[in-house]
Amino acid sequence: MSNNMSFFSGFQPHDLLFMAEAAGQTLLISVLSISTGTVFGIIFGWMLQSGNWVVRAILGTVLDVFRSVPLLIQLVLFFNFFPIMGWPLEPFAAGTFVLSLYTASLVAQVARGGIEAVGKPMRRAARSLGMSYWQDMRYVVWPIGLRAVFPAWVGVALGVMKDSALVSVLGYVELLRASQILITRTQEPFIILAVAGAFYFVLSYPLSKYSQKLEERWAS
Amino acid sequence: MIEIKGLHKYFGDLHVLKGIDLNVAKGEVLSVIGSSGSGKSTLLYCINGLEEIQKGAVIVDGVDVHAKGTDVNKLRQNLGMVFQQWNSFPHLTALENVALAPQIVKKHSKTDALEIAAKQLKHVGLGDKLNVYPNSLSGGQQQRLAIARALAMEPEYMLFDEATSALDPELVGEVLETMRMLAEEGMTMICVTHEMGFARDVSDRVAYFHQGIMEEIGPPEQIFGEAQSEHTRKFLANVR
Ligand SMILES: Nc1ncnc2c1ncn2[C@@H]1O[C@H](COP(=O)(O)OP(=O)(O)OP(=O)(O)O)[C@@H](O)[C@H]1O
Ligand SMILES: [Mg+2]
Repeated sequence: MSNNMSFFSGFQPHDLLFMAEAAGQTLLISVLSISTGTVFGIIFGWMLQSGNWVVRAILGTVLDVFRSVPLLIQLVLFFNFFPIMGWPLEPFAAGTFVLSLYTASLVAQVARGGIEAVGKPMRRAARSLGMSYWQDMRYVVWPIGLRAVFPAWVGVALGVMKDSALVSVLGYVELLRASQILITRTQEPFIILAVAGAFYFVLSYPLSKYSQKLEERWAS
Repeated sequence: MIEIKGLHKYFGDLHVLKGIDLNVAKGEVLSVIGSSGSGKSTLLYCINGLEEIQKGAVIVDGVDVHAKGTDVNKLRQNLGMVFQQWNSFPHLTALENVALAPQIVKKHSKTDALEIAAKQLKHVGLGDKLNVYPNSLSGGQQQRLAIARALAMEPEYMLFDEATSALDPELVGEVLETMRMLAEEGMTMICVTHEMGFARDVSDRVAYFHQGIMEEIGPPEQIFGEAQSEHTRKFLANVR
């Protein structure tokens, strides 16, 4: 924010642009983390559901750790851990990494639930028609399980989008961090937080709307 | 022909099938009766390889179902199975339910698969329900859908596991009627059933299972008229 205005000044139109850019960063880190986390979460969920007990015990415990340790602590730990390993990471990369892991740990449970929602009798019926394990997975378990747990996945995705605000503690300028910067300068927390809230809503709304549409279509 | 030789099946320590020897010839209709837990369903699962076996062999048209190199997915196409629960795929219409396996397993074109599906649905009397989703079909209709779905793979054998047990009484008839029709068309069938009328009228032979042993097998007149085994007589006295 190098400009010729006084350090303390009111909310300016171009501040809105600054916040919009920051919202773009929130969107970017959220989309990246949610998609990576979902892919890995589905793989983990499948392993939790169909792996042997060693896999289930180890993976289950690891994912439990990521699910239960506060995201803030994970972010700070990882951000400081990588440089120690001689591999310094940008706040963005570290944030995306941690958020993805966190998403994966949540999605794993959702995915496992989705697979389990398709009962053994249904899967036996599919196999009895000559479908292979993967055909059963692709054409029976996936569509039925997806419909069963899609609302839960949307919940996870919206949650992660909001939790991405925590990446601000690493110094990454996303929506929350941008708001803090502006609040410090303008001393107008109400306006700015309201605008930030509106941005979060705008980011979430398409997904909730789209999922609502999908659910309606599936219900018919 | 289905040949079952010295078949033993355990679930952990539970000895569920204790040495079954049974041949079912092409065109034969065999009914399997017996009390709950006697291993009837397990027998069917062992025949199409949905359950592993611990001893003995099941041989279908010369192919050992449980041998290492056997392609069970290929084998099962020839062994249609209908379950107590009809297990319709809820996200697909009746037509798509039936067309799915012909398309992805048998690699028919979509058009051909839909054509096969329509034909089989008409065959079981669901010609007017092609584009309906299963949740708006009755239990009896869904069970006939399940039969059509199995038939669409053009199996030479059909295994029925209490196909009518989960149905409301007024819907049992339509499903039994469909099964009877298949029998008359010459389908080879093994029917686990509690419908003694069906077992008596439709089957060529009836097998009575008791605690994992095939206690008695013979033509319906024998089983229902002059059963040799004490257990068989007791069982039949109770179900009637
Ligand atoms: N997957 C399984 N794991 C452990 N035990 C099982 C399993 N499936 C069946 N059993 C047991 O094996 C025995 C035989 O079961 P099965 O289902 O074959 O009997 P059934 O004759 O079909 O009975 P029903 O008339 O109730 O269907 C029962 O004691 C049952 O509890
Ligand atoms: Mg049974």
